[in-house]
Amino acid sequence: MRKQDKINLPKTVETPSRFKNSISKYIIRRNSKCAACGLCAKLCPYGVHIKHDNYAKTIRPKEHKCIGFKCKTNNFFCIDNCPQNALTLKENPALETLGDYRWTPEMLIAHWEMAETGNLPIVDLEYSLGNSGGGFDKIRFKIPEKQNRINIADNIIDMSVSLNRSGDNRIKKVISIPCYGGGMSFGSTALSVLTGRAKAAHALNTLTCTGEGGYPEEFLPYKDHVITQVATGLFGVREDTILNAPIVELKYAQGAKPGLGGHLLGDKVTKEVAALRETVVGNSLFSPFPFHSVYSVEDHKKHVDWIKEINPSCLISVKVSTPIDVEMVAIGSYYAGAHIIHIDGSYGGTGAAPDIAKKNIAMPIEYAIPKVHRFLTAEGVRDKITVIASGGIRNALDVAKAIALGADGVVIGTAELVALDCIRCTNCESGRGCARGIATTDIELRDMIEEKYVMRRIINMYMAWRKQWSELLRTYGLKSIKELVGRTDLLVNLDYLDEKEKSKYKPAPNFEMIR
Amino acid sequence: MTEKYHVPVKITPPRFKPIGKHAIIEFREDCAGSCKKCVKKNCIYNNFSDNRKHISAMEEPEYLYTCSGCFRCVQECTKGIFSRVINPEYRALGDDYWRADIIIRLWYQAHTGNIPVSGSGYGGPFTGEGFDSIWTDMSEIVRPTRDGIHGREYINTCFELSERFKGLSFNDDMTLAKKPRKILEVPLPLLLELPKKLIINKHIILAAAKAASLLKTFFLIDGKNYTPNLSEYKDNLIPCLKTEELKKYKNLILESKAISIEYSDTEDIIGAVSGVRSFAPNKTVIIKAPLNRNADKIASELASKDVDTIYFYADDHGKELNRKNPLFLKDSINKIHNRLVSDLTRQNINIVFSGGIAMAEHVAKAVIFGADAVAADIPIMLAMECRLCKKCAKNGGCPVKLDEEFDADWGAARIANLFGAWHGQLLEVMGAMGIREARRLRGEIGRSIRFENLEKDIFEPIFKRRSV
Repeated sequence: MRKQDKINLPKTVETPSRFKNSISKYIIRRNSKCAACGLCAKLCPYGVHIKHDNYAKTIRPKEHKCIGFKCKTNNFFCIDNCPQNALTLKENPALETLGDYRWTPEMLIAHWEMAETGNLPIVDLEYSLGNSGGGFDKIRFKIPEKQNRINIADNIIDMSVSLNRSGDNRIKKVISIPCYGGGMSFGSTALSVLTGRAKAAHALNTLTCTGEGGYPEEFLPYKDHVITQVATGLFGVREDTILNAPIVELKYAQGAKPGLGGHLLGDKVTKEVAALRETVVGNSLFSPFPFHSVYSVEDHKKHVDWIKEINPSCLISVKVSTPIDVEMVAIGSYYAGAHIIHIDGSYGGTGAAPDIAKKNIAMPIEYAIPKVHRFLTAEGVRDKITVIASGGIRNALDVAKAIALGADGVVIGTAELVALDCIRCTNCESGRGCARGIATTDIELRDMIEEKYVMRRIINMYMAWRKQWSELLRTYGLKSIKELVGRTDLLVNLDYLDEKEKSKYKPAPNFEMIR
Repeated sequence: MTEKYHVPVKITPPRFKPIGKHAIIEFREDCAGSCKKCVKKNCIYNNFSDNRKHISAMEEPEYLYTCSGCFRCVQECTKGIFSRVINPEYRALGDDYWRADIIIRLWYQAHTGNIPVSGSGYGGPFTGEGFDSIWTDMSEIVRPTRDGIHGREYINTCFELSERFKGLSFNDDMTLAKKPRKILEVPLPLLLELPKKLIINKHIILAAAKAASLLKTFFLIDGKNYTPNLSEYKDNLIPCLKTEELKKYKNLILESKAISIEYSDTEDIIGAVSGVRSFAPNKTVIIKAPLNRNADKIASELASKDVDTIYFYADDHGKELNRKNPLFLKDSINKIHNRLVSDLTRQNINIVFSGGIAMAEHVAKAVIFGADAVAADIPIMLAMECRLCKKCAKNGGCPVKLDEEFDADWGAARIANLFGAWHGQLLEVMGAMGIREARRLRGEIGRSIRFENLEKDIFEPIFKRRSV
């Protein structure tokens, strides 16, 4: 392989959690019999036990690094080696209070670990499958044929996605990973989260999105990596914000609350938010559904043309949710001149939405992707438009499954926030906002998180994901993620296999969930 | 401008501390004591300051209904003395249909009148049984109004209990051959009825009657439970009578807007309806029948007779009664609806279903499958803090003292809050579907997305034959 074919990957930097006590699968307790001999610290290769030279005592174990009971066969197993029998190991009972069917406790803990180290976890955590009993959690990659495997390094495997496939003379935007960041508006999350995401997008050569809250000037140094969203409220949409952007996203709907629009409460419209949205402080803001100027595909084309006229080089992405006729919306967007059709499934979303909408309105993304892919292929236009999927895509294998079902790439929102220590308590909007300092502009809480931390943790997570994609592609003899698009022949669904076939695949995790 | 339907909701706190899901437990022996950085002071929800008891008085452990599960105290305590557990009372709450998470959400709505809102996407199972096997569709462009969020107040959620108007007929001299009966419209596709298996007393009845009045809907009440103090709410009460009670309650029938007669396959039910019509010709008459294997036959028979509405009741879990392999409510509704559609009699009659209606989404989904409206029963009790422990049905006693006198206004406000929140949620899904009339939604299965259809249309071409 020639030297120039190697891809320069961003560096990962070990970035431990902001919180003192980790949440871990295993817990180790050290009782008062500990003589602080430091043997455990010397023995443990995973860094669970640490004893600083100038400290009299061994510090509390870094439990999230502990590999648990499987360590028992190792001669360095701390529990058996402790001369004082001062250490005990058990599974953390608090795990049953963590996570949900889609983001299981192990998936959360694994993502925190990836965000910390940039590597896949060593601890036995199931991070690719949830407990939802359907969709991605039933779909597996087929057991690969051994002879197809190729042995090439991670930094040679191509993960890039071309976003302009139309053949027009607009920019040929290429992103280096098959993911970009979902729209989060100014005011919905701490500013350091927004700019940290933009920095990470810059380092990863991918994109992030403004959401509909306007374009803070802090984004300008990274403007080639920031999508400007034009949503129905048109907040902060100005000629310069359109001109800044390599891609402009017209948001028709979002998967978490399809057909409902948005409502920013008056007390959230602070001086800064109002300035950016060009509105009045303290007045509630409505983002109606849908665009009041769009009744038809022709009207939609007028919008696309309007953006294209202002910015002669940008690409147009059209974000829609997943109604039963989503493929008709996709083809309509193609003929209106969109470069990207972004379909947002019903189970995702980061912002607050009515529970009834999140659960019940529109279909999950697992169905929408093949529906759109198949229809655009039959219409003969699939290679002229980029299909981006989002909404409930949680981990690296979900991304790969979405691509194999027919998407070119995906948009990630929740997983990026999980990388920042989001615990999915779902109280993003209540009271002062996110207690963990992510989705809040509260003057005290927002200072809990720094831009550099955000950037590093997000880079780390994507770099860990990249390792997982690389290994997957190698097993099928693929050198580029582009070769995976639409390869449904590489997928199986457990509900469609007989018992014998099914037994060859990893069963879904069967955590006892307390709803 | 016509008056808009509006449910007056107001914060109505519970009388007893609700059962919370999580408890924060402390291992005090590790606590440094009087730590200046104590995380209890930093709880952004003020859980500890609002709940803190002196350690000696603490009933271990301290369950926090209001704990939002942010884990900050667990993760930030300098000594790591906190952990979190699930409240055993929460585990025991409800059953496999009336799950604890549903009950807690109903309590929240009864308390606040607000629609439950949360962030971070959906965290539940991919799909499920019964009502959980469908999604409602949304409309990317076609909208009920062009005003987005402001337009929701223009969405009409009315349905009718009265006779279906079949057009005017005239005599030869062009005088009206038959004067149409008065239209009895209900602004919400939801009636109220108390569950038979739980406690029923005069305080609960009064609260439900007041709530029906606040909601401008109807409360179905057994004739024997009708007391003179309820006459103030007579416009919102539907007495439920057996055929043999019709004579006894003649005055009650005359003063009520509608009545319900219990179906019996041994009695002449149509004769009984005619009997009522003889002295109350304009009365809206509902026939109340069990939802069993013959329900579609009963519906088919009654739809061609002079009956205005049929009210079918399933069991508490929405299952058909007295059947080995009972159908779930949504399938029964669809079966009955389709039978009448093929009989060409669906337009003759209104059909209301009860049993297992536990959430706002069930109202919308029941209507999509062909109901005109539904009735809520157990949620009325849950709105008044019922723990669904069913002690009242066994040996008496109620942990939230619904068996004693309580302020009926408090109960009515909680019930109105709950169904006010349901109304708000109904508008959300109808708005998203682009449906501006609940009557237009009836039987509109094109506005639903069924799990089995998605699997067949989208996954079968990829994965071949489904094996489960």
